[in-house]
Amino acid sequence: MSDNQKVDRTRRNLVVATSVAGGAASIGAAIPFVASMFPSERAKAAGAPIEVDISAIAPGEMKVFEWRGKPVWVIRRTKEMVESLKAVTPMLADPVSAKSEQPSYAKNDTRARKPDVMVMEGVCTHLGCSPQLKTIESKAEMGADWAGGFYCPCHGSKFDLAGRVFRGAPAPTNLTIPPYTFLSDSTLLIGEDRKEA
Amino acid sequence: MASRLMALWDWFDSRMPTVGEEWRKHASEYYAPKNFNFWYYFGALSLLVLVIMIVSGIFLTMNYKPDAALAFGSVEYIMRDVPGGWLIRYIHSTGASAFFIVVYLHMFRALLYGSYKEPRELVWIFGVLIYLTLMGEAFFGYLLPWGQMSYWGAQVIVNLFSTVPFIGPDLALWIRGDYVVSDVTLNRFFALHVIALPLVLLGLVVAHILALHDVGSNNPDGVEIKQNKDANGRPVDGIPFHPYYTVKDTVGSVVFLAVFCIVMFFMPELGGYFLEHNNFIPANPLLTPEHIAPVWYFTPYYSVLRAVPPVEIEWLGIAPTQFPGVMVMGISTLVLFLFPWLDRSPVKSIRYRGVYWKSAVAIFVVAFLVLGYLGVKPTNAWGQFGAWLGGAERATVAARVCTVVYFAFFILMPWYTAKDKVKPVPDRVTM
Repeated sequence: MSDNQKVDRTRRNLVVATSVAGGAASIGAAIPFVASMFPSERAKAAGAPIEVDISAIAPGEMKVFEWRGKPVWVIRRTKEMVESLKAVTPMLADPVSAKSEQPSYAKNDTRARKPDVMVMEGVCTHLGCSPQLKTIESKAEMGADWAGGFYCPCHGSKFDLAGRVFRGAPAPTNLTIPPYTFLSDSTLLIGEDRKEA
Repeated sequence: MASRLMALWDWFDSRMPTVGEEWRKHASEYYAPKNFNFWYYFGALSLLVLVIMIVSGIFLTMNYKPDAALAFGSVEYIMRDVPGGWLIRYIHSTGASAFFIVVYLHMFRALLYGSYKEPRELVWIFGVLIYLTLMGEAFFGYLLPWGQMSYWGAQVIVNLFSTVPFIGPDLALWIRGDYVVSDVTLNRFFALHVIALPLVLLGLVVAHILALHDVGSNNPDGVEIKQNKDANGRPVDGIPFHPYYTVKDTVGSVVFLAVFCIVMFFMPELGGYFLEHNNFIPANPLLTPEHIAPVWYFTPYYSVLRAVPPVEIEWLGIAPTQFPGVMVMGISTLVLFLFPWLDRSPVKSIRYRGVYWKSAVAIFVVAFLVLGYLGVKPTNAWGQFGAWLGGAERATVAARVCTVVYFAFFILMPWYTAKDKVKPVPDRVTM
């Protein structure tokens, strides 16, 4: 464009107005494309609660259930396992679960409705890997003061048997506890809070 | 016969002269410095690998199924039942690692000879953009075989985005299209891998080469050959790219392809570094493999991520978050863009630079390699220090030291490049 010619303001304004309108239209047109990448109705519907039978889980054992595509652990904790939760408290990052996610009925010393049945999402709060159960027998691998808990293979976070994270681990908070309800002593509803039967 | 062909060319040329003009501009009359050495193979080789990846990729899509229930099986089908399918797949998987090898060496060449310095800043910027796009392309492609490593690698990387304050969880949800990595995620990663990013990549490669040909190639002496032209306006130290360098690069390509074939035919997994062992197990969303590590070309940055502990700001009410680590990792790649402005040396090539620069580059390379090595190992790989260091993991401490060195290389660059004692640069290139 030559500098010595006078700009026709009317035409220039029209060019600006057209560009602005065109830009707005482009943004508008992009919205459905961006929106199409959010979870579909089908993906949302897959988040319904699940009913599971926990009668077959022996004391000290763990079973994994799938809820919303995530592993949910149910551990039948023995008396010794529950006792171990007290002993490890000084080594934890968030022993009272103040910064962690759990329903109000699980925000207690054992992080459970019933101390002997531990329910939690088996998803590391660091970057989403699934930690592994390392019982008290894993002392050789986990260190002499290991009282049983979970170890994340991705970045080495350690959790106790209530999913509480040890200090110095990359995981920022304790493992998340999903909403759950005991329908009976042997049946558990994962994914929904109801009044206990 | 020959005259008939010439007549055909004249007929074509008079109707579409652009083809001949561009050929002359970018090949037969593009004057490149005559002193290119071994390091100058890797640009042409990157282009060769790009072509290999596109062609093998097209043929893979003919049998691959981007469906969580079918993906793993379709890859095995390609490997066992499709005629030559195993070869096409190994070409593609070996090509992925080969791509990063030649690109890393190509970038190192730029570091050696100051090829990012004025007037080639744009060439460098397009190059870094190519590198970042390539990382995205590799990441999306790695999910497609739907093995355990594919799945958990994607899970970890997507969750990096969920650490972003405020919008993080929604951002991760948007990337996955589901609450966990799922069929939806696989389907969209396929779309991004086979069409979206390859188009971006091709556009950037064109921009990279056009930007280069406008300013002309650098050389091992860092001398501007355009400042010394003969009566015809041709650089006296330049030779036409075609036929001189097309022939040279052909020889380089043959050697490269020979090595490529040895890996592809005899060790396509390369001890688990090119194809990870856990990826021969179908993806299982309920079980993370015992030891997960990214593919080797991501490991330096992965180490940087792991090196940064979560941060909590109590008085601001900010819960412990991994975001600083993610940010540091992001910055460690983005800082490459600043190279041309951080380097204040009046000299381009390492040949005429002083001891500060030479040591800085050497230490940086060692730190980068150590980070890469640590990234494939678990954090407890080297055991723990004694009580005097609080029993810290040796590998984690090493990764932290190397991360500091990595950033110090960039942060201190304006200082040590300006202070460095340089040697006089010759007027003409040396051979």
